[in-house]
Amino acid sequence: MSFLLSCPNCGPRDVNEFAYAGEVTSRPAERPSVRELATYVHFRRNVAGVQQEWWFHRFGCETWFRAERDTRTNAVLATEAAHAEPDGQAAPAEAAVPDVPAV
Amino acid sequence: MRDIFRTRRMWRPRGELKDRYDVVIVGGGSHGLATAYYLAKNHGITNVAVLEQSYIGSGAAGRNTTIVRSNYRTPEGARFYQRSVELYERLSRELDFNLLFSQQGHLTLAHSDRALITMTERAEVNQLLGIDSRVVGPPEVARLCPELDLSHDVTWPILGALYHPRGGIIRHDAVVWGLARGADRGGVEIHPYTEVTGIERSNGRVTGVRTTRGDIECDTIVSATAGWSTLVADLADVRLPITTHILQAFVTEPLKPFLDVIVVSSQMHVYVSQTDRGEILIGAEIEPYTTYRGTSTFPFLEYSARHVLELFPQLENVSVLRQWTGLCDLSPDYSPILGVTEVDGFVVSAGWGTYGFKAAPIVGTTLAELISTGRTPELIAPFTLERFYTDTLVSELAAAAVSH
Repeated sequence: MSFLLSCPNCGPRDVNEFAYAGEVTSRPAERPSVRELATYVHFRRNVAGVQQEWWFHRFGCETWFRAERDTRTNAVLATEAAHAEPDGQAAPAEAAVPDVPAV
Repeated sequence: MRDIFRTRRMWRPRGELKDRYDVVIVGGGSHGLATAYYLAKNHGITNVAVLEQSYIGSGAAGRNTTIVRSNYRTPEGARFYQRSVELYERLSRELDFNLLFSQQGHLTLAHSDRALITMTERAEVNQLLGIDSRVVGPPEVARLCPELDLSHDVTWPILGALYHPRGGIIRHDAVVWGLARGADRGGVEIHPYTEVTGIERSNGRVTGVRTTRGDIECDTIVSATAGWSTLVADLADVRLPITTHILQAFVTEPLKPFLDVIVVSSQMHVYVSQTDRGEILIGAEIEPYTTYRGTSTFPFLEYSARHVLELFPQLENVSVLRQWTGLCDLSPDYSPILGVTEVDGFVVSAGWGTYGFKAAPIVGTTLAELISTGRTPELIAPFTLERFYTDTLVSELAAAAVSH
């Protein structure tokens, strides 16, 4: 089977209702060099363990939220709506909504 | 008579680790073993150890869907994979081991005008490089694969296909075993159940590895660890632009041979071939989220089965026999990451996503040349890790995004 994610609005739903938008990253400095910008765009920590990540409830309430998931087990430890984020990390822009997952 | 029942070892049993090797290869899959084999064969470098955390061929090498082809979209990619196909064509003879390579042809279906245009571009790139690849219309598709449902009374009618006659399937376990035997006969040591836990460095270059069976000194480390590439690179403090996803496949019960070609539909995210055992082998796209948990999922099975029935309605009552999963290391541009890193002596074969197996022989020959001469072969220069820092990508999205 696959796994469940708990949407902050809708509660536990099948993962296939959601679009995954990658691990939470830190934006580079205001005027980044090409190298800094390329690092931000392309490189990922890809941890085997607990990871902070972005999700979008595509077939539900259409909100962005953050989840804490163990990538070794897919156990979702916590989810929290994007606006609750204190450190100024904005949710990905509307234009960045990923395509419907293939499966 | 007695000889028939004698157990023949393909390679020597694991011995004690030595204190020092010239080259340590992390990962006993098709890439690691091919690199070891060609280091010994082409360059006489035999003080080599292949370290594998599990059994030989337990990762992607034993879980892929065995397709070999070279009809890629970029000149860099197509040229590279074409050399791999040519090496695969000779490999059974070279290894003196039947790899059951069947070049029965590969059809990528077009269900839209846009897809036909993209395929025409791919065919042009391929033909300029001497690769047999062309766009064919529905009559030719019907001739090549009469079993396909070519009616217009379906969700996605078939408008044509990209036909690649030299594409085929090969017995993946045999490739692993043949390369392991060849490497072993060349003098390389193979160490299964030996996990790397650390990489020692001094003044920016590697000096050794720590393993669960003791420490080893070495000059060069090759990481060929597919879905685990990030974790091995972390040991050397090398960052990679990779995310790890699962890719799934399943087979049906064996049927009499009826499907000659490999059929791919990017539109439906599914591909189909019939194995030498008669099983219908069906694969699809990676799961969109990253994970290291290699378990199969039911939504994949349901989705893929539905689409296969749109292409082959006659499979409606066939039972599913087996489903499995492997870990893939996906790069941002769907091209591999191959060669040197910022740590001297730490060489990677990574970012293979869902197309690593088809490149095993060419990875082996080029990495062996790189290690032996210290120079990056021209063929793999476009695939350097540095391209992600300079933002000069090699986008294979059009030809590799559906995992076949």
